Amino acid sequence: MAGKMKRLLALGAVVLTTAALAWAGSEAQPRTGGAPKPVIAKAVKGEQCVEDNDYMRRNHMKVLNHHRDETVLEGIRTKKYSLKECINCHASEKTGSVAAAKDDFCVSCHSYAAVKIDCFDCHSTKPQGPMAMHPLNAETAHYKHKLAAQATSKVSAEEMAGVAQ
Amino acid sequence: MSDMKPRSDSTPASPERRRFVGAATATAAGLAIAPGVMLYEVAHGRAEDQAASSAVRWGMLVDATKCATGCNDCVSACSTENGWTPVAESKHPKQAPQWIRKLELQDPLTQMETNLPMMCQHCAEPPCVDVCPTGASFKRADGIVLVNRHTCIGCRYCMMACPYKARSLVHEPLNDTQKPDVPRGIGCVEACTFCVQKVDRGDGNTACAEACTAAGHNALVFGDMNDPESEISKRLRELPTKQVRADLNLNLGVRYHGI
Repeated sequence: MAGKMKRLLALGAVVLTTAALAWAGSEAQPRTGGAPKPVIAKAVKGEQCVEDNDYMRRNHMKVLNHHRDETVLEGIRTKKYSLKECINCHASEKTGSVAAAKDDFCVSCHSYAAVKIDCFDCHSTKPQGPMAMHPLNAETAHYKHKLAAQATSKVSAEEMAGVAQ
Repeated sequence: MSDMKPRSDSTPASPERRRFVGAATATAAGLAIAPGVMLYEVAHGRAEDQAASSAVRWGMLVDATKCATGCNDCVSACSTENGWTPVAESKHPKQAPQWIRKLELQDPLTQMETNLPMMCQHCAEPPCVDVCPTGASFKRADGIVLVNRHTCIGCRYCMMACPYKARSLVHEPLNDTQKPDVPRGIGCVEACTFCVQKVDRGDGNTACAEACTAAGHNALVFGDMNDPESEISKRLRELPTKQVRADLNLNLGVRYHGI
């Protein structure tokens, strides 16, 4: 008798837990979508990338890696496919960087695709030259000090890893 | 008839002859232009899409007799140009990266003091390249010895192999403080690059030599040692110079006068 009671109780508990989980699950994950979609901001400078958008989305690392080897080993520093030029056009207006904030150009897609970016362990994420000189900041030069303050806020390795993974 | 014959003979020969004459003129013009082209290239750098060439060998002459005691301008110019933290400002001075350093030497017998900057000597036969297990340490065609940070694993064999203690390892994350032209990062070995970004831009000079000239000491001369007309070649012809640890037969790119 006691055994039967126990079994019933256990069954009840299981049913309740399952129901509760289902309910909680439906609350926590709205049906509308999974991970937040990447924000792809239009490049501040220029109209068209060096290749079609579709080609660049799939193959940007192929062209970057090829150009990287030519630059490092042979000293060929053409502008097309140069990472520096990517950054010059795509640095965000808010942070002045391609990888300082979650919505910045590189990080946005990479966090969606869960692909870690190693480039910026060594490469600067900000355009070359003094902030005021950069076309990106020509109109925003009046709050240059703000940009500079944001630019110096450091992205820690953990933070970067957290964003990327 | 007799008129026709020579004409028909000369007609086929004429384009041939013209072609030959044309080629000969072009060759002569090429020869005449070649030295001029070379001078132009040395003065203004090569084209952006042209690879570094072994026709050039970048080198530096350090005149220790002109190097001033207590002057640190070359070191600070290097750190500003290349974005490394000066050792004095580093949290860990003993492991801080140092691309160029000032040495003050004293002869124990005569008390004579010598000042000189010490950096990567850009050997023609670099021991760091010999020992590198991944091929990251390499010599560019124009004689500049570099580290390819994409393949460097930070093993530090090259640091041990270098007779000049020229290389250092980046121990700490740099947190986006790098210069856009000078990528450098944690876990990679680095050293003087002869301001390769400036050389490729066509500046034809390094930050340290520019600073030394600006300070009025003129102890550093940078240039192409393969070009007999360059200032460095002229000075090397006139001055007695030494290679540091010449016994190692490394054929250095940095030559010292007055040591």
